[in-house]
Amino acid sequence: MIAIIDYGMGNLRSVQKAFETVGHRAVVTRDPRAIADASHVVLPGVGAFADCMANLEQYGLVEPIWKTIASGKPFLGICLGLQLLFTESEEFGLHKGLGVLPGRVKKFPWGLAPDRVPVPGLREGQAPAEPEPVPRLKVPHMGWNGVTVTREAPPLRGIASGEHVYFVHSYYVEPQDQSVVATTTDYGLPFASSVWRDNIFACQFHPEKSQATGLRIVKNFGEWS
Amino acid sequence: MLTKRIIPCLDVKDGRVVKGVSFVNLRDAGDPVEIAKAYDKDGADELCFLDITASHENRKTILDVVAKTAEQVFMPLTVGGGVRTLEDIRNLLTAGSDKVSINTAAVERPEFVKEAAGRFGTQCIVVAIDAKRCVRRAPGAKRRLDETEESCGSAHSWEVFTHGGRKPTGIDAVEWAKKMEGYGAGEILLTSMDQDGRLNGYDLELTAAVSNAVSIPVIASGGVGTLEHLYDGFVKGKADAVLAASIFHYRTHTIPEAKAYLRQKGIAVRLAEG
Repeated sequence: MIAIIDYGMGNLRSVQKAFETVGHRAVVTRDPRAIADASHVVLPGVGAFADCMANLEQYGLVEPIWKTIASGKPFLGICLGLQLLFTESEEFGLHKGLGVLPGRVKKFPWGLAPDRVPVPGLREGQAPAEPEPVPRLKVPHMGWNGVTVTREAPPLRGIASGEHVYFVHSYYVEPQDQSVVATTTDYGLPFASSVWRDNIFACQFHPEKSQATGLRIVKNFGEWS
Repeated sequence: MLTKRIIPCLDVKDGRVVKGVSFVNLRDAGDPVEIAKAYDKDGADELCFLDITASHENRKTILDVVAKTAEQVFMPLTVGGGVRTLEDIRNLLTAGSDKVSINTAAVERPEFVKEAAGRFGTQCIVVAIDAKRCVRRAPGAKRRLDETEESCGSAHSWEVFTHGGRKPTGIDAVEWAKKMEGYGAGEILLTSMDQDGRLNGYDLELTAAVSNAVSIPVIASGGVGTLEHLYDGFVKGKADAVLAASIFHYRTHTIPEAKAYLRQKGIAVRLAEG
């Protein structure tokens, strides 16, 4: 049985339905016992980072999540569920995350006024001769983008580089240890669109909204042991 | 590379799709779930339901439609029409909608958008803007009764209308889009009322003006009749996504045809996998 952690944020029904569609049983729960008993655990999430952490704490779910990760059973983080695993986030001030993976959650610099966009390779005090071309990309990063598979994590079995998945986010993770990166995606800069360490697989995109490609990842995760 | 999105839109009334839909091989051409599945199979990037149910009692039917669709279709789903309270939003999201679009309620009380974004996250709040060309006026000046599209000439701007396009507000559409971004809208769904239903293309000037003014994605809507119009929406209108109803419903073109055309013209689109 797969446990989908319910902490009052996000659309859990579609995550559950995705698992059921590919033949896995899944429950939506905030009961620490059900989480402990589950064979696989999913941490979904949409919304603001600080609110989500506050809810996890309020429902007493931080400890059960740490325990379930330490137990070695397959753990899937989706979107904010990926970001929450990291040390801290820059979303609306600096907020502490679950601290399972070292690294920081940062905002895409695009969409800001050009003078606030960092120009790479410019020495201090040096003015660019010509205004640097600044990528003016929309934030949130919303829609279908490709993944480049750098490490074939078990949930990515059968997924090829170039396949598209659905994203909607304004912040991305920057892992301290780049060797955890499983896929990268380009949005003005290459960012970690999924990470894999031991029993943890976590993705910035929404497999439950990514049609055939997403359902394959969901199916693979359920079969991971 | 982030691909450009193609979003078919279905008008749903009392739980049934209205406007002709001429899909072949559908058991029931008025069933939103069946049509959603057909678009899913065709590789639509998202789906949009616009609930045009008039009576309050029948409004719950949309929740049922959303729930049934979300059980079978695994792609983003936006629902709009009559969204007025946080409770409405919560119900739609719980039923399986990923985003909700807010139109009239945002104009009546802009703070509502702020509250909704604060509660549910900006990623699921779409502000829908229905805009119409009008004479450029000094701020606060009254709209002239005799003004027409022609009389606007080059000195035009766009005015926001509400209540399904029936009620002028005196609000400038570009300024409104900027304000809504500041209030936490994650996306703008922009419909040109002048072009809507005419099948001769989006209002590209309006689309570009709004898209350049905000840093959130803009969905162009209203007026698509040909595949070239979709291309123009992306290139000249600078839209991040295009919404279309008639050309897909009446099978003038299919989504795979549209995507093949766009790809051949150099637009990054996602072709259906698997």
